[in-house]
Amino acid sequence: MKQRERLGLILVAATLLVLPFVLAEIGTAWVRIANLAILFVFLSLGLNIVVGMAGLLDLGYVAFYAVGAYPWALLASPHFGLHLPFWVILPLGALLAGLAGAVLGAPTLRLRGDYLAIVTLGFGEIVRIFMNNLSAPFNITNGPKGITRIDGLSIGPFSFTSTDTFLGLSFSGPIKYYYVLLLLLLVIIVVNLRLADSRIGRAWVAIREDELAAKACGIDTRNVKLLAFAMGASFGGIAGGMFAAMQGFVSPESFVLNESIMILAMVVLGGMGNVWGVIAGALLLSFVPELLRYTVEPLQKALLGRLVIEPEVLRMLLFGAALVLSMRYRPAGLWPESRHRREMKERLA
Amino acid sequence: MTVLLEARGVAKKFGGVQALKDVSLSIRQGEIYGLIGPNGAGKTTFFNVLTGLYAKDAGEILFEGRPLDLASPHAVAAAGIARTFQNIRLFGNMTALENVMVGRHVRTRAGVFGAIFRTRREREEEAAIRRRALELLHYVGIAPRAQELARHLSYGDQRRLEIARALATEPKLLALDEPAAGMNATETAALRELILGLKADGLTVLLIEHDVKLVMGLCDRVAVLDYGEKIAEDVPEVVQRDPKVIEAYLGGSLG
Ligand SMILES: Nc1ncnc2c1ncn2[C@@H]1O[C@H](COP(=O)(O)OP(=O)(O)OP(=O)(O)O)[C@@H](O)[C@H]1O
Ligand SMILES: [Mg+2]
Repeated sequence: MKQRERLGLILVAATLLVLPFVLAEIGTAWVRIANLAILFVFLSLGLNIVVGMAGLLDLGYVAFYAVGAYPWALLASPHFGLHLPFWVILPLGALLAGLAGAVLGAPTLRLRGDYLAIVTLGFGEIVRIFMNNLSAPFNITNGPKGITRIDGLSIGPFSFTSTDTFLGLSFSGPIKYYYVLLLLLLVIIVVNLRLADSRIGRAWVAIREDELAAKACGIDTRNVKLLAFAMGASFGGIAGGMFAAMQGFVSPESFVLNESIMILAMVVLGGMGNVWGVIAGALLLSFVPELLRYTVEPLQKALLGRLVIEPEVLRMLLFGAALVLSMRYRPAGLWPESRHRREMKERLA
Repeated sequence: MTVLLEARGVAKKFGGVQALKDVSLSIRQGEIYGLIGPNGAGKTTFFNVLTGLYAKDAGEILFEGRPLDLASPHAVAAAGIARTFQNIRLFGNMTALENVMVGRHVRTRAGVFGAIFRTRREREEEAAIRRRALELLHYVGIAPRAQELARHLSYGDQRRLEIARALATEPKLLALDEPAAGMNATETAALRELILGLKADGLTVLLIEHDVKLVMGLCDRVAVLDYGEKIAEDVPEVVQRDPKVIEAYLGGSLG
């Protein structure tokens, strides 16, 4: 058993390490898709702390993605002529996002369920509208045009934007980003697993399960909820910073309500509260639509001779169907938390 | 005997219902104090006011001589008052063990930093939390259920789990709201032993209970609430014969 687990782990690690080269063979676009998928894993894990663990429905989570992306865009681009290093702006983005999380959390502490959802939804829109309008009288965000020519990630002299050849292999920019993201992902997963299995993590779940009983157990629900908002938001901030660096361009259009809903769907579909379930949900909802985009059109042309259903239409159709079906048959998600717990128990026994 | 908890003129009104009216009572260190009364008499409301879930309209509550006024529920728990709920309130999707571990929250300190970096102090604290929680599950007799989800436990076991979780906060005063409700005779007998054991360990117990035989057999002193007013407070033998109490219960069940 132990040995099989180790073997499985080695296999997964090896697959993840060669994956970008396999994807690059199919097309560089696929490496970028994989990178974006990893960013969505960051985002869903962050939202999972707020929604999955602490049970606070947040419909404006993408705001923290924006709050993480803009500091990088503003402080490492020709826009202000500043080019600060990553170790300043990435933590700064996480910090600012965390603060924004607390700012959103503070006035909403007494709200639950629908009311909280409405306020957070409004918050997400407000942040986007700010980014859209902070171009006059002082041009801070450059409005809807967004900020271009953002510096990519570089660590000392080592740049992640250019192509390098190493050991006869060609490492393109996206491939290099992939490895950075993979490393970051590893850190974020460990952080999440440790948080879930800690005094604070238990307090979050306790609040989700029964806030009143949690209070009676001596949990300062106000502080612990604020902590959930801030921690969850800071993951969004990190994802935002990496997003700005990878894309080289940000505009308010990247941070619309639809993105919040997509991230929430990843958390819910995967299995609220369970770190592995959420990761699976994020990967599934990131890759499947792209797969469709690349297969549906040629397939229809080959089979029917013409395009009957647009890929985009089919994507939304399947997305809706997946949500409805999962609500009907797996309301707790594909890999729900409690099931996972029971499996763990059976393994321990 | 020193007084642990003293309530003076506590009042609470819900709309037109005066749930508590000028309630004064004092609970002594180390005793089992019963709080009885017909349905709707205000017993649970007293618990809710005591533990800071409801703000009282008037009066004051002293715990160890210090006022508990304006204290939020978590501060009340920190001060040393733990409770169970009439309609069991467990963390259903957490295991029995985790439920009790949550009870340790108020006596432990690890924060986000400790959790992420697994510092030595955090690891030791976490191990201590787990150890203590397991001990408490043993103590209330449901250790074999430790890894089961709380919502999958039997009714009696859920009641016992709630007591273990309350004990995890290291209370000086344990307030139990109808712990025997829905229990069969065997379970009630075990509960009785459990409460006596707690008393032997020096804990003060405040007990709301409808099972009159249990209350009268267990409690050192009993107070009776009726329509939000305290109509009697004395040792069980005296309370049992009090005409006002008998009338409140319509002459019936106290016999
Ligand atoms: N949150 C509330 N809002 C409105 N009325 C309430 C509330 N809580 C209690 N009451 C009312 O206050 C009165 C006392 O209720 P309480 O629950 O304290 O009685 P009790 O003595 O615990 O009764 P039981 O033996 O049935 O548990 C009742 O009339 C009840 O309807
Ligand atoms: Mg009651």
